[in-house]
Amino acid sequence: MSTQAIIETVDLKKIYGMGDATVAALDGVSIQIQAGEFVSIIGPSGSGKSTLMHILGCLSRPTSGQYILDRQDISNLDNKQLAAIRNKKIGFVFQAYNLLSRTTAIRNVMLPLMYDRMDSQTQADKEKLAREMLEKVGLGDRMNHMPQELSGGQQQRVAIARALVNNPVMIIGDEPTGNLDSRSGAEILKLFDEIHEQGATIVIVTHDPQIAVYAKRTIALHDGRVESITHNGHRRKQ
Amino acid sequence: MKLSEVIKISWEAIAKNKIRSLLTMLGIIIGVAAVIIMISISAGTEATINDQITSLGTNLIFITPNFGRGGRESFTSNNRGGLVFNDAYAIAQQVPGVSGVTVEQGSTQTVKANGVTLTGISILGTTTDFPTVRSLAVANGTYFDQNAVNLKQKVVILGSSLAEQLFGTADPVGQYVYIGNTQLAVIGVMAPKGAVGGVDYDARAYLPITVVFQKFTPSEFARFRGNEVRLIYVKVDDKAKLNDVILQIQLLLYKRHNVTSSNPDFSITTQDDIITTQESTTAAFRNLLAWVAGVSLIVGGIGIMNIMLVSVTERTREIGIRQSVGATAEDIRIQFLMEALLLSIFGGLIGLVVGLGGSVLFGSLSGMRTVIVPSSVLLAFGSAAVVGVFFGYYPADRAAQLDPIEALRYE
Ligand SMILES: Nc1ncnc2c1ncn2[C@@H]1O[C@H](COP(=O)(O)OP(=O)(O)OP(=O)(O)O)[C@@H](O)[C@H]1O
Ligand SMILES: [Mg+2]
Repeated sequence: MSTQAIIETVDLKKIYGMGDATVAALDGVSIQIQAGEFVSIIGPSGSGKSTLMHILGCLSRPTSGQYILDRQDISNLDNKQLAAIRNKKIGFVFQAYNLLSRTTAIRNVMLPLMYDRMDSQTQADKEKLAREMLEKVGLGDRMNHMPQELSGGQQQRVAIARALVNNPVMIIGDEPTGNLDSRSGAEILKLFDEIHEQGATIVIVTHDPQIAVYAKRTIALHDGRVESITHNGHRRKQ
Repeated sequence: MKLSEVIKISWEAIAKNKIRSLLTMLGIIIGVAAVIIMISISAGTEATINDQITSLGTNLIFITPNFGRGGRESFTSNNRGGLVFNDAYAIAQQVPGVSGVTVEQGSTQTVKANGVTLTGISILGTTTDFPTVRSLAVANGTYFDQNAVNLKQKVVILGSSLAEQLFGTADPVGQYVYIGNTQLAVIGVMAPKGAVGGVDYDARAYLPITVVFQKFTPSEFARFRGNEVRLIYVKVDDKAKLNDVILQIQLLLYKRHNVTSSNPDFSITTQDDIITTQESTTAAFRNLLAWVAGVSLIVGGIGIMNIMLVSVTERTREIGIRQSVGATAEDIRIQFLMEALLLSIFGGLIGLVVGLGGSVLFGSLSGMRTVIVPSSVLLAFGSAAVVGVFFGYYPADRAAQLDPIEALRYE
């Protein structure tokens, strides 16, 4: 069994606006990402990185083209089905952390479990799982802190714990280190790498040059198209 | 998401913003309290009227004469168009199920006693059964007996306020009064009853009917016609038999008056008829109050809608976050609907307490009677919940329709 594509896009387009004033944020993107890969996406501002991440993260739909996630064609799913995919298969980490304010770290981490339609776990199970995730990101002693009481790096760790809690098939990060100083940024990248080591598939957009240390492949976008795909030879493992 | 979790989240959102939540609920609080207070006032008024009417005897039938278009003079000498004393006698003798019959005939006279002259005093000729049938009591002295009726004794029982106007604090019993030119002995004073339906029961004088026939019948014509009465009261011993008794009286009087059911010369009303008439006047008042209260509930609902719209806007980012981890439109809608529902239920509860307290307080401050109607409490509370869901729906739907990306981008 060779590696299987967890993500496959075919000629993905995203057109904003209408009539003459249209912007092709994505203009025919066809990529494949294998299970267990660590991929970074780079490109100048406005090249369509966020747009691509939102589609890959099922937060929006392509105007045309195909998107196959985990062998399921999701180009034509309705909003409700997309919500279920976001809940089960995707962990999204944003630049702005996007934690619920005035809600403790542990309850933020539990949030995806609350929207689990199967609802197979008890409240105690959910809490236990969330606690494990927070310990994994090194915040075992900050469970009941509010986001306002945490540093930027710590908040992003909570967000990563939240992204992991549903055991998704893929973690997506859109400039997760963008709001952090270089030291905390490095820590976060290291955390992503640890998660990757444990088998997770990771796709992150970043301008951080250190990413090359971790990511096996780098996809460069320009004007909504894939400009180049670089294999980073000096991956430490595999 | 589990319902308990939805309730918890909504409750937390409400608790985080106490002042705003309270302001949101204000309209509902006022609306619910208004419904309860207003209905308790009108129910109190109705109960008071009801009590007053039944305090003048229960299970009563009232028979009054009908007069033709030309007035009583249009009738010929065969006694048509009037009730006579003997009708009452016949009813008492021949209709089963009757526990008391009395009559009333009267006029307005000048009364003099103790150096005091009062004009326009209502003089009432009745029989010995009158206090029993009409639930009136003699406070001092006695009512006249059958002997007095038969012998046309010149005796009088004074209403309490009439006695006081004539004799002050002195005991009137044993004294004499002049009614018109006739001297009568005061043998009793009635217990106070107050005014009911515009009639002051305490400002009247009660005489044997035979004395009224002899001395005080209103017109020459009436005197010529003899023992005419303006009202016959029939007390029924069992309310269940009321309709039977009415039928019997009708048949008896048709025969006695030689009239048909299509053209009767008398009317029969019951206490229930009178209560119904009274209630129809208070019903208009009550409906008006209900509208006022209903409008304030709607205003309250609009308040909820307003604040919920603000809340949805303020929490756009929160909505985006929830959507990004898998909340569906349905999840978001339920969350905000629940918040509106909780606000209105909570507002309803506060309104309920304010309404109940307000009813009691209003009753004791104004001296008006208030009766808390359980169904009004349910109604007020139920409509608060309905208002919450109704007016909460639009903001909740707006929240549900948000696009995740735009919501996350919202500053
Ligand atoms: N909602 C929108 N409506 C119209 N145009 C949009 C919208 N979102 C993005 N765009 C356009 O699509 C293009 C790609 O935007 P995108 O956010 O994907 O860029 P990016 O690569 O993430 O840039 P950055 O590095 O600055 O975050 C840009 O030209 C942008 O103006
Ligand atoms: Mg971007």
